[in-house]
Amino acid sequence: MRSDNGHPRAPRWLRIMAYGGLLFLHFPIVMIMLNAFNADPGGSAFPPTGLTLHWFSEALAREDVLQAIGLSVRVAAMATGLALVLGLITAAALYRRQFWGKEALSLMLILPIALPGIITGIALLSAFKLMGAEPGFWTIVIGHATFCVVMVYNNVIARFRRLPHSLVEASMDLGGDGWMTLRKVVLPQLATALLAGGMLAFALSFDELIVTTFTAGHERTLPIWLLNQLSRPRDAPITNVVAMLVMLVTAIPILLAHYLTRNTAASSGSGK
Amino acid sequence: MSATATANAAVPSGLTRRLANLLYRRPNVYLLMLLIPPLLWFGVVYLGSLFALLGQSFYTFDDFSMTVSHDLTLANYQALLVAANGDVLLRTITMAVMVTLAASLIGFPIAYYMARYCRGWEKGLFYVAVMLPMWASYIVKVYAWTVILSKEGVLFWIIQHLGLTGVMDSLLATPGLGGNTLATSHLGRFLVFTYIWLPFMILPIQAALERVPQSLLQASADLGARPIQTFRTVLLPLAFPGVVAGSIFTFSLTLGDYIIPQLVGPSGLFLGSMVYTMQGSIGNIPLAAAFTVVPIVLIGLYLMLAKRLGAFDAL
Repeated sequence: MRSDNGHPRAPRWLRIMAYGGLLFLHFPIVMIMLNAFNADPGGSAFPPTGLTLHWFSEALAREDVLQAIGLSVRVAAMATGLALVLGLITAAALYRRQFWGKEALSLMLILPIALPGIITGIALLSAFKLMGAEPGFWTIVIGHATFCVVMVYNNVIARFRRLPHSLVEASMDLGGDGWMTLRKVVLPQLATALLAGGMLAFALSFDELIVTTFTAGHERTLPIWLLNQLSRPRDAPITNVVAMLVMLVTAIPILLAHYLTRNTAASSGSGK
Repeated sequence: MSATATANAAVPSGLTRRLANLLYRRPNVYLLMLLIPPLLWFGVVYLGSLFALLGQSFYTFDDFSMTVSHDLTLANYQALLVAANGDVLLRTITMAVMVTLAASLIGFPIAYYMARYCRGWEKGLFYVAVMLPMWASYIVKVYAWTVILSKEGVLFWIIQHLGLTGVMDSLLATPGLGGNTLATSHLGRFLVFTYIWLPFMILPIQAALERVPQSLLQASADLGARPIQTFRTVLLPLAFPGVVAGSIFTFSLTLGDYIIPQLVGPSGLFLGSMVYTMQGSIGNIPLAAAFTVVPIVLIGLYLMLAKRLGAFDAL
């Protein structure tokens, strides 16, 4: 462990273990990508008998797949919208002032992702039942928005903390009023944080399964469609294509969000 | 106040503008207005549901009419101790502990390499390469493993070509690990759990290791400690909060998951699957609610312990 010039070199066994770990983490993802192009009608034979784009056209012609995609996109968009509003408001309330119950409120924001999904799921479901609400689109959205808020909140509050309050005061001194300051000074500063938080929220909602299985009623989001395919294996090639699409829709926003917030300490952060 | 209000009214401006100015001068009103929506959402909708659930764990479920009555009882909690239900809890908790141990053993070297040896492009590569599988779709990752572990899957293909079929068979014959095939074995389920939560362990450990000052390691070496001694007495204690922080995720997520036990491994219920079937096909919400109290209590205790170990600073 010498560090005379630059930084120390890793022992070979450690380097092998680290790269081996990366390989392990990416192996299943590569297999999904590969299988989506697998010409074998069984869908998963290894090594693939050939490569084809045929299953893509077949998958995208399937009514049930399209409906599931449509529902997932609508749910994720609505949940992201709600999370953006709630997350922004909450971050604005919590970033500067100290008040009684502040810690409790910030704990409450994390709780939906810290507690196992079954707890959030069954709690919401039984509350909907008590209120006589029929599970469907809106119950899914409420469930998703609940754990998406923290994604927006984390990003926005980190940006708020870096935003000097003197900027707001300067704007007021120069004759801007509260509304104008918000529109022309604060919101532009927060824009990329909101965008990053929104993308994380969208990805999280698009992929969420456990809470959704409780609150969805008869509706089928894309992850639920996939789960159904897995419990009753059929149409493996189409399942492979959908799996790859889900992966891309989740991964691309995450990468963009990471790119947008890469200079902030608290970027993507904690778990699902 | 009224003077400023009239002064503002004289300025040709809209209602929103006057409201915004009023709020700027009255920070408490402003704060209260901001707090109302999140308090309604999290205080009423979310916590309200949680408490309602907790309350229902004391309701009575009639096995014959399959209905819930509001008579208060502790029977649901007693039912948790019945042998069959106790088995479910034990099986789930054992798995959560094993997965946590495995993830920390596999995760530590990766995090260590990331924190101590990666610079420049390699650091970026490792960070993105760990973060991407963490965020990649959960159900797709599980699906990928069901395909990999299946009889026609790539793992069997590799094992066959390496001539290790015999080793695999004897491994699958081991009680506690085995099953008919990898896809229906305890080993397979354990592997999938470990895979899915591994990134949640790597990142907190990496963050904790990053914060260990280089000078401490140099001081230790200067004082004559061999690298292994420095590791054991300096680095590991300082990184431990990171391990605990990661273990919060691996433990809690394994405890509540019911998709992996349903899709990979032998039959035998898990806590999550129990909750799901109880509320779904049977409609026994009171018992399901009592079951959910177990992870809530366990994770509550775990979080308290983790806080004392300083894990929250490592998050």
